[in-house]
Amino acid sequence: MTRDEWNAALIARHGASLHEKFSNATVAVCGLGGLGSNIAISLARAGVGKLILIDFDRVDISNLNRQQYKAAQIGMPKTEALRENLLAIAPFLQTQIHTERMTEDNAARLVREADVVCEAFDDAQAKAMLVNCVCEELPKTYLVAASGMAGLASPNAIQTRRIGQRFYLCGDGVSDVQSGLGLVAPRVMLCAAHQALTVLRILTEEYEV
Amino acid sequence: MVRINGEDLDVAGKTIAEYLAGTSYDLKRIAVERCGEIVPKSAYASTTLADGDSVEIVSFVGGG
Repeated sequence: MTRDEWNAALIARHGASLHEKFSNATVAVCGLGGLGSNIAISLARAGVGKLILIDFDRVDISNLNRQQYKAAQIGMPKTEALRENLLAIAPFLQTQIHTERMTEDNAARLVREADVVCEAFDDAQAKAMLVNCVCEELPKTYLVAASGMAGLASPNAIQTRRIGQRFYLCGDGVSDVQSGLGLVAPRVMLCAAHQALTVLRILTEEYEV
Repeated sequence: MVRINGEDLDVAGKTIAEYLAGTSYDLKRIAVERCGEIVPKSAYASTTLADGDSVEIVSFVGGG
């Protein structure tokens, strides 16, 4: 497959105008677990030009129930494993990987280049930290965060809300993994799909939900 | 009245820090949006809620 063939196939699906918007975009995915790995694959398939992939962790056997990794990748840094999987799908995707923990001190710097940032962490405090950092320090950057996708509650409870001018929130808002609900692939993927679709809508200037 | 998470509350004149102190929110898990803009955590104590303000407090839960 050549780059021209890849572009032609996406233009045939999406039209030249959308393809130009997607392929010129840079999106940061912060956290490469059940949300982030699924968001990244959706965006790569849509033809988003560049993904910034950030996670400090390695693939664990307990991730395979919902995250887009393979048994043979156990032990690899998630950044490297996901890049491998993404490039197998979308060979012309540009990636920038950061295998480090995001903190208040480095968060804004790591995602500065992105048009849209996806918050895809597992930990509630880390989620709040990233949202506050991006909204405060990068006022022109769009942010799509997630809260509440654990358990087996109704799929229809997962929603996307526009909280602020550039801040969107996906999820049911309440299903906390700490209440012992667990996380299953389809419900996490639903939330990830909300996030990825919201990114694509923002890139096409569809700002209302 | 101040509209907080869709509910009209009689808290005009209080700062965001004062309002939050009377709630059960965990400050490490929240983001506060006021009239479409995020309020920096460092400004909670100096931001006074005014009549007609619309505030959204997002309290994150774990999982991802």
